[in-house]
Amino acid sequence: MLPLKIILFALFLALSALAGPSVSFAADGGSDLRSLINELAKGSYDDTERQIGAIATLGDEAAMPALQALGTNDLMARKSDGIVFIVKKAGRNYELFDAITGEAAGEAARRDMERIRINNRLRRAIRSALGELTLMSKNPERRMKAAEQVFKARDPEAIETIDQALQAESDPEIATLLRQARAAAVLNSDASEADKLAAVEGIKERGDQEARALLASTADASEGELHDAAVMVQSHVEQILAAWNAAQNVWYGLSLGSVLLLAVIGFAITFGVMGVINMAHGEMVMIGAYTTLVVQEIIRTSAPWLFDFSLFIVLPLAFLIAGAVGVALERFVIRFLYGRPLETLLATWGISLILQQAVRTIFGANNRKVGTPSWMSGLNEVGGLTITYNRLWIIIFSLVVFAVLVSVLKATRFGLYMRAVTQNRRMASSMGIRTPWVDALTFGLGSGIAGIAGVAFSQIDNVSPNLGQSYIIDSFMVVAFGGVGNLWGMLVGVMTLGVVNKFLEPYAGAVLGKILVLVFIILFIQKRLRGLFALKGRAVEA
Amino acid sequence: MITSFFLRAFDGKALLFLAILAAFAIAIPAGNLLFPPDHALHVPIYVVSLLGKYMCYALLALSVDLVWGYCGILSLGHGAFFALGGYAMGMYLMRQIGVCGVYGNAELPDFMVFLNWKELPWYWYGFDAFPFAFLMVLVVSAVLAFIFGWFAFRSRVTGVYLSIITQAMTYALLLAFRRNDMRFCVNNGLTDFKDILSFSVQADGTRSALFFASVAAVAVGFVIARAVTRSKFGKVLIAVRDAESRTRFLGYRVEHYKLFVWVLSAMMAGVAGALYVPQVGIINPGEFAPANSIELVIWVAVGGRVTLVGAVLGAVLVNFAKTWFTGVFPELWLFALVGLFVAVTLFLPKGIVGTIAQGWSALRQRRRSVRAEAGIDEAPYSGEASMKHQAAE
Repeated sequence: MLPLKIILFALFLALSALAGPSVSFAADGGSDLRSLINELAKGSYDDTERQIGAIATLGDEAAMPALQALGTNDLMARKSDGIVFIVKKAGRNYELFDAITGEAAGEAARRDMERIRINNRLRRAIRSALGELTLMSKNPERRMKAAEQVFKARDPEAIETIDQALQAESDPEIATLLRQARAAAVLNSDASEADKLAAVEGIKERGDQEARALLASTADASEGELHDAAVMVQSHVEQILAAWNAAQNVWYGLSLGSVLLLAVIGFAITFGVMGVINMAHGEMVMIGAYTTLVVQEIIRTSAPWLFDFSLFIVLPLAFLIAGAVGVALERFVIRFLYGRPLETLLATWGISLILQQAVRTIFGANNRKVGTPSWMSGLNEVGGLTITYNRLWIIIFSLVVFAVLVSVLKATRFGLYMRAVTQNRRMASSMGIRTPWVDALTFGLGSGIAGIAGVAFSQIDNVSPNLGQSYIIDSFMVVAFGGVGNLWGMLVGVMTLGVVNKFLEPYAGAVLGKILVLVFIILFIQKRLRGLFALKGRAVEA
Repeated sequence: MITSFFLRAFDGKALLFLAILAAFAIAIPAGNLLFPPDHALHVPIYVVSLLGKYMCYALLALSVDLVWGYCGILSLGHGAFFALGGYAMGMYLMRQIGVCGVYGNAELPDFMVFLNWKELPWYWYGFDAFPFAFLMVLVVSAVLAFIFGWFAFRSRVTGVYLSIITQAMTYALLLAFRRNDMRFCVNNGLTDFKDILSFSVQADGTRSALFFASVAAVAVGFVIARAVTRSKFGKVLIAVRDAESRTRFLGYRVEHYKLFVWVLSAMMAGVAGALYVPQVGIINPGEFAPANSIELVIWVAVGGRVTLVGAVLGAVLVNFAKTWFTGVFPELWLFALVGLFVAVTLFLPKGIVGTIAQGWSALRQRRRSVRAEAGIDEAPYSGEASMKHQAAE
């Protein structure tokens, strides 16, 4: 019997070699593995062990469920045709699952199935085969994942396999992970005190939640020197965790702040130049967001291949549309209300309601989801930080917008006019600057930037008709905090607010955090009415 | 001296207004209580409650006019004082339910039993007594206004800055009252009231009495506001509004004047809220919404600021329009409100009453000058007619 099998196997190898290596693995890999698994049920323990070795050399991860099932006595062969299944008890019968894909394959009576028996030698073989499939896989990513899993499993019996893998490992990063996995396993075993102490030190550099949990359980289970060491290292790890956590909060705060920055810049320059609080500013943000929505709808229906570039089309469009609305607002309403700031406040508030209601009538009151281009989705982990690409892009984008705006103000003629009007309207007018023209353009610029902010906003949250409302108080807070007409003060103010908000949230909850910030700013205005970076000299009263 | 202080409030126009109010206060409840339901003059009870609601709004508008029109403080957070007064009254009404509630717990309001709270939070103590609750209506609004005003006026926060931080104040309160652990029944608010002063809230008589009380409150508020604004104190307020620094240089403690009128106004708003709640039957955190506060500023702007009558008229007119519009074209109300407001700010900056008053005095002025030119003192109409006659010849 045996020689025949070897001949057949050799024949098979020869055939697959003839067919060419590339074809053989792609086309026959599954059936090859399947036949090997089916072979597990046949012959003696020795035969089975050989089959396990063969499966391991095949190096296909798909074999793992079957091997694991074999280790837990859940792998059975059907008596009628010798096909091997993973089984689960279901009353008097067994539920069958395909050995490779794990798909359900009906039920079978107990007497129709035969368990593949194993002994301790086989168990060891299975473990090392599993280790070989994972820890010693050729694919470094798979090795890393496996090392991570072994760390979490803390299985003392895995130490041997880990040691083998460590000797073979060339990638230093994975080697470190493996050493940590070994340390975890050692801590969970009955190794000597000295070994465990060394292991505790090994865990130290890992410094994440897992390490903390492991150290805590070690500290609970041990006493004396080991206990002290574990407790000490644990507190060290907790410090590291707290630092990462703080960094994460700063990151969230910065990204929150940068969205706010986009929303606030326009608000601040209109307030600075014209002394007008534009309560409809939030609605410009909304208009930008809805522009994104509409453009994406059009692209989806008529030119889907453009989708990844949709934002580049939307950005100028949103700027222009929101800017045009802003200029119209200035020309038809606000112009008549100069010198009456309180009425302007109320009139623009009314217009914000009209815009909201108009959008609600056109698009419906529901929240709408705006698509994110593929290059903006996904995330990256840096140490303990989770960085999502859309937030990263928004931070970059808002800083770019900020830089552009600063250079417009500092380096262009229009910027010069704007600054002149901000500082002394009448004097600027006397020098021949057409202040109404500057006003209209400033308003358009501020609104346009708000439109762009809407595009950015649509990438991190749902779009709804009243999304702009929540921004107006925040915007004002920022302006009050950072100072009027001072872009750098505003940048600092925005980022501070974002970060403070995020830091207060875990301690006080989102709502109470917001209240605290509001109260803080109300108190802050008491002390420094003109903001953190106040203009000095005569400009203050101008 | 106090008598003379108040007597100054009564001149011809004020007496006319008060007389109209009094007629209103008597006619409406009488129409409801005296005539049978099928009589032509019968006033349905829902109309009584609706008008009562308008009267509360009118008092609220008066309080805003007092600070905005006469002192130049545009408050975008007066809804907060209104709502606080309302909550104080709502707490009293909740305690009055007593054993009539669904759970029949004499001590705890229903929602507390429902949410498994074992005992009354300390700040709910005393609200079973009406005098205490009424005192709290005044005190809570006044204390908040005092603290806020103390900080704001002392550090000379003015103009739009002040407006926005008043809005932030009401926004913060909105967020606070929506929190679970504040124990004000979260979003559903306080509702399902049964009795007030052991009269049923639902009964026609009680509702008429509440309406009467609301009109009386408007009258009292009007007299107080008018007395204050026509006194020397009121003149200083107007000076503060028009030239704050100059007033300060003249030696007046501007912040004290502002603080006094601010606290007074907040107390009036609180009373308005307290009268509003039993008539509407609910108070919830939504009353703190900044939009509400802005809306009430619009009433004053439409009616005409610096004319106390205008505030009352504006509140009633705008709310009447709101009731009508939301019944007929619900989706158009917002457009109408905003359109009205933008039109009023652009074309009638003095509001309805202010414009009429201006037109009236301009007319009288013109007549007087025409008479003076013609050298005629008597019978101006005949004089004009004869002039026209001469011109025609």
